[in-house]
Amino acid sequence: MTPNPLFAPFLDHLAQAGLHVESVAVHGLAPTQVLTLPAEEWGRLGQEAKGWGCRWAAGWGEDMGAEMDPQGGKTIRIHACFEKGGAYLLARTTIPRTHPILPSHTPSYPAADRPERHTQDLFGVAFTDHPDARRWTRHQAWKSSEYPLRRDFPAAGHPPAATSADYQYKFLAAQGGGVYEIPVGPVHAGIIEPGHFRFQAVGETVLHLEEHLGYTHKGIEKIAEGRDAQGLARLAGRVSGDSTVAHAWAACMAMERAAELTPPPRATWLRALMCERERVANHLGDIGAIANDVGFAFSFYQFGRLRESWQRASFDAFGHRFMMDRIVPGGVAVDLEPQFMAPLREEVTALRKQVNKLMAMVYDSPSLTNRLLGAGVLAPEQAAALGCMGYVGRASSLDFDVRRNAPYPPYDQLQVKGVLHHTGDVNARMRVRHEEIIASLDLIEALLAGLPGGPVGSEWQAPIAGSEGLGIVEGWRGEIISYARFGDDGRIARFFPRDPSWTTWPALEVLIHDNIVPDFPVCNKSVNGSYSGQDL
Amino acid sequence: MLRILGKIQRVGIVTEPLPAADEPALTEIGEQLKAKIGELFGGSLAIREVDAGSCNGCELEIQALNNPWYGIEHYGVHFVASPRHADMLLVTGPVSRHMEEALRRTLAATPEPRLVIAVGACGADGGEFGESYASRGAVANVIPVDAVIRGCPPTPLDLMRGILEAIRVR
Ligand code: SF4
Repeated sequence: MTPNPLFAPFLDHLAQAGLHVESVAVHGLAPTQVLTLPAEEWGRLGQEAKGWGCRWAAGWGEDMGAEMDPQGGKTIRIHACFEKGGAYLLARTTIPRTHPILPSHTPSYPAADRPERHTQDLFGVAFTDHPDARRWTRHQAWKSSEYPLRRDFPAAGHPPAATSADYQYKFLAAQGGGVYEIPVGPVHAGIIEPGHFRFQAVGETVLHLEEHLGYTHKGIEKIAEGRDAQGLARLAGRVSGDSTVAHAWAACMAMERAAELTPPPRATWLRALMCERERVANHLGDIGAIANDVGFAFSFYQFGRLRESWQRASFDAFGHRFMMDRIVPGGVAVDLEPQFMAPLREEVTALRKQVNKLMAMVYDSPSLTNRLLGAGVLAPEQAAALGCMGYVGRASSLDFDVRRNAPYPPYDQLQVKGVLHHTGDVNARMRVRHEEIIASLDLIEALLAGLPGGPVGSEWQAPIAGSEGLGIVEGWRGEIISYARFGDDGRIARFFPRDPSWTTWPALEVLIHDNIVPDFPVCNKSVNGSYSGQDL
Repeated sequence: MLRILGKIQRVGIVTEPLPAADEPALTEIGEQLKAKIGELFGGSLAIREVDAGSCNGCELEIQALNNPWYGIEHYGVHFVASPRHADMLLVTGPVSRHMEEALRRTLAATPEPRLVIAVGACGADGGEFGESYASRGAVANVIPVDAVIRGCPPTPLDLMRGILEAIRVR
């Protein structure tokens, strides 16, 4: 496989800058450009990539045991994935397990902050110039001297009989006259996921918000190890339940690329159909909930109604309200029966009309828009610095969508309408959702119209040990990057799913600044990060 | 405003009737639920939902109970913000070790008599996640559980049926 030509000038530039980079061809990772470099140059790579205008997209580690070193020394391999103009670059380096230290990318990229701390907590890697060495994912379930993603750490671990609450995390504390602190969570007031928010406020105004997440960490990366391909697809479909289709697709794409297996066209079209249905369902729910958080119950019930009938139609056509476990290695688990074609088409026409009508009313309600306009502003520069994506990025001028910028089948044959807003406020994030619903409905029509015939799956054949693949898809929250590497007997050796929420949670801390405390729920809902997707 | 009223008028009440397959079941379960809640809880059952580590799929279906199709408030079920107001905890899992103390404290803050229902395949037995260095698995591994509602995730109707059964045997 030839390296990605889009990165050739960058590789030349790195060489001229004196970095010892080596371009490597890895079949399952194509079209991503892969390069390796010495650990001491890792921080410089971050600076150069930043200067070149790359986005820092994902980072993860892997305990390679003695596989990488002919002398039998144990190593940890660190990955960082960059994107520019729709082309991806995967950089990697190895460090000895006896001396696992590495320069950090965080000084160049704030987006690398939490992912590096996750790697620190789970692999015991120290990022030397990381500005914040506090733990992130680890609370009290394992000791600071234990690293769950190292090979010698058993999946069962050595946990205490009862794990205590995480009481010693050092939050930033503000001082001064009238400053007070509001701790919220982990158990929240609504029917939502757990996490902790620590506000520093003066009067009603938020001076500072700090998130403490990791409460739903359930060891997804560890328990992925040793699974077969089908088992990994099931697990990936539960990284974040609301994105079950997109995560299962990304994981299957990674495994299929590793196995050099191409799913039949009908399977990829059905995957896209389900993925667009998932996007519509979540956006419907979110628009209703955003309105509800500022007391506009009308919209909450109307959109709740639309979402429910949409999910019921998913159940009828695909056998599950969220279409869980419908994407499997090699294709899809269920075919779409001909009798559902007409109802699915009619449903699109009806929904488009209803949504546009309801949104006209929403835009026409000054008491509602007054609360949404100018609330929770994320400036385009802030969004870019954090590497935001999906509706959060697209509400703040970041025009990136994997379906358009790095299209994969079937989107390479479809017209995906771009949606972009610039004000970066709650209103813009709601508008992006509205317009994305309409764009998805157009896509669903095109998918139904052009749905190819033929089989819906190729027989899965496990690849040889060491095969690896990357799956990159546009979920409803944005770009999902999934990495899979196989070990012996077709079993997974490493799985890492990067949910978009890794980038949007930090954005919430930024955009809430100077807003009033009572607007936190609606600001939070407009971002709607997945706790489970980032806690893993 | 006029348009909103117009829309409310045109859409009408969508709670009933439901599509054929669910209609008898939902009406029947709803009515029984209402009767039992009337008899045992003075017409109002207060539920505190606790996500103790789920993938959030179960939460979506519990939230759906409040949409106009199910309108579970019609039958006297209310989701409350504080465990101190709750008659029942609906707990989704698997219980992550990072949430287990929070779950225990939530239970301690819930006045007796109370009911605890473990929700979902994960709440029932750990589901796809099982037990590990990070997960305690079933809710019953951490706090006493009175009833279990299986499914991945259980549908809103499964949830209503499960809540009804749990208060019936109480
Ligand atoms: S039962 Fe299913 S939907 Fe519920 S938390 Fe577990 S995996 Fe998610």
